[in-house]
Amino acid sequence: MIWLDTVVQGVLLGGLYALFAAGLSLVFGIMRLVNLAHGDLIVASAFLILIVVETLGLNPFLAALVAAPALFALGWALQRFVLNRVLGKDILPPLLVTFGLSVALQNGMLELFSADSQRIAAGPLESASIDLGIVTVGTMPLLTFASAVLVIFLLNRLFYSTALGRAFRATSDDAVTASLMGINPKSVFAIATGLAMVIVTIAALYLGMRANFDPSVGPARLIYAFEAVIIGGLGSLWGTLIGGAIIGVAQTVGAQLNPEWQILAGHLAFLVVLILRPRGLFPRAVD
Amino acid sequence: MLETRGLTASYGQFKALFGIDMTVAAGECVAIIGANGAGKTTLLRSITGVLRNGPEMILHRGDPIGALSADRVMQRGIAMVPEGRRLFPSLSVEENLLIGGQVRRGSGHWSLDEIYRLFPILRERRHSPGTALSGGQQQMVAIGRALMSNPELLLCDEISLGLAPVVIRDIYAALPTIRASGAAVVLVEQDISRALSVADRVYCLMEGRVTLSARASEITREAIHAAYFGEAA
Ligand SMILES: Nc1ncnc2c1ncn2[C@@H]1O[C@H](COP(=O)(O)OP(=O)(O)O)[C@@H](O)[C@H]1O
Ligand SMILES: [Mg+2]
Repeated sequence: MIWLDTVVQGVLLGGLYALFAAGLSLVFGIMRLVNLAHGDLIVASAFLILIVVETLGLNPFLAALVAAPALFALGWALQRFVLNRVLGKDILPPLLVTFGLSVALQNGMLELFSADSQRIAAGPLESASIDLGIVTVGTMPLLTFASAVLVIFLLNRLFYSTALGRAFRATSDDAVTASLMGINPKSVFAIATGLAMVIVTIAALYLGMRANFDPSVGPARLIYAFEAVIIGGLGSLWGTLIGGAIIGVAQTVGAQLNPEWQILAGHLAFLVVLILRPRGLFPRAVD
Repeated sequence: MLETRGLTASYGQFKALFGIDMTVAAGECVAIIGANGAGKTTLLRSITGVLRNGPEMILHRGDPIGALSADRVMQRGIAMVPEGRRLFPSLSVEENLLIGGQVRRGSGHWSLDEIYRLFPILRERRHSPGTALSGGQQQMVAIGRALMSNPELLLCDEISLGLAPVVIRDIYAALPTIRASGAAVVLVEQDISRALSVADRVYCLMEGRVTLSARASEITREAIHAAYFGEAA
C-alpha cells in the first residue's frame, strides 16, 4: 500500500512539473526557441502574485487572475521587442539572450526582494487532504495535477480546434508560407509567448503556495521542465504531462528508498528514458 | 492593377532581377515564361513581399507596395500558389484550405464549398494530412488555399511542375472557372504551349531581364525561341 501511495504522490507531483514545462513546450513547439529564463519567469511571476496578495489582500487564486493579463502583456512584449529580433536560422543568439535575461531577472529580483525565501499563504488549503478510499492525497497536489490536465487539455483544444491554433501550427511548419496566407509570424510568436506567460502564472501560483521560493530557484525549475518536455517528446503537450509524471514518480519512489535520493532519482529516470528513447516517448512525426 | 517599375532583386551579392517592367490589368491572365534560373520565382517572391524592395518598384492600384511585408501584401488581395506547393504538413487538407481565407476573406465566389466543387476529390480527402496526397491533388489544395481569400490577383508558380500530363490537364481545366470569378492570374510556366493557350499576354524572362513582351495571340515560335535562348531574332 505504501508503494501505491508513493506512486500516486509522484504522479500528482508530476502535475507541478508539467505546469512548469507546458509554457516551455508551447514556445518550443511553435518557434523552436528554448527559453533559458523560463524558470526565472516562473519565480518572478510568483513574486508578482505575492505582491498582489499582500497589497490587495486577495486570495492567491484571484491574485493570479489579476496577474495573468499583465504577464500575458509582458510575454507579448518580450517576444515582440526582444526575442523576435534574434530568432533566425542560427539558434545561438536567442539562447544567449534568454540566458542573459535569466541572469538579469535573478539579480533584479535579488535587489527588489532580497534573498529571503517567501511563500504565498494559501490558508487551510495548505494542509487539507482528501480520502480517495485506497489512498489519501493532499488537496493542493490534487488541485495542481487537475490544473495541469486542464491546461494541457485546453492548449490542445486551442491548437487543434481554433483558427489561432491553426495559425500556430502553420507558422511552426513554415513561417514564409504562413506569411503568404496573410499571417504575420512575428505577431503569432508574440501571442504564443504571451500565452506561455499565462501558463507560467498558473505554474507560479502553485510553486509559491506549495513551497518556499527565493530569487535563485528558477534554474532548478527550468531543469525539471526541460526533463519533462524532453521525456515527453519535443512539441507533444500530453507527452509533457507524462514526462512530468515520470519524473515525479521517480522522485517519490527514490525518496521512499532513501530520502537523499529524491532529486537524483528524477534525473536518473530522465537519463534512462533518453537512452532508451532519444527522441522522447511521443516524438513528432515531422521536424 | 499591378505594375512593377524597374524592379530589381538580389540574393546577397548576386543580382537576380535587373529592372523588370511589367503590368497586370484587372481580370487579365498573364504568362511568365523563361528557362530555369531566369528569375521567375524571384519576381513572384518580390511581388508578394517575401523579398522586400524599394516601395515604388511595385504599385498595386497605384499604391507603392514594394516594401510591404508578405502578410500585408496578401491582405491587399494578392494570393500566391508557391513553387513546390508548400502545403502545411501539420494541417489537414481542409485546414490547409481554411487557413488561406482565415486572415483575409474577401467577398466573392470562393468558399470551401466552391473549392470542393472545383476539385471534388479534395472533399473526399478533406481529413487527410495535406502532404499525404498525390502531387496533383496537393497542387489543387495549394490553388484552393490561395483562392479561399477571394484574391483579386492570383500568382501561380509552376503549377504543372513534376505532374503527369493528364493531371496537368485537370488542373488547367479549373482556370476558366477561376478567371470567371474575376481574379487576374499570373502564371509562371515552363510549359510554353500550355501557358500560351490560356494567357492574354506573355512576358519572357532571361537572366533577370524581360526579353519579350507580347500578346499571346500575336506571338511567334521564332520570337519565343529568340527570347528564351537569347539568340538574335
Ligand atoms: N535563395 C537564393 N539564394 C541565392 N540565389 C538564389 C536564391 N534563389 C534563387 N537564386 C538564384 O537567382 C536566380 C533566379 O532564380 P529563380 O527566380 O528561382 O529562377 P526561376 O524561378 O526562373 O527558375 C538563379 O540564378 C538562382 O540560382
Ligand atoms: Mg522558379
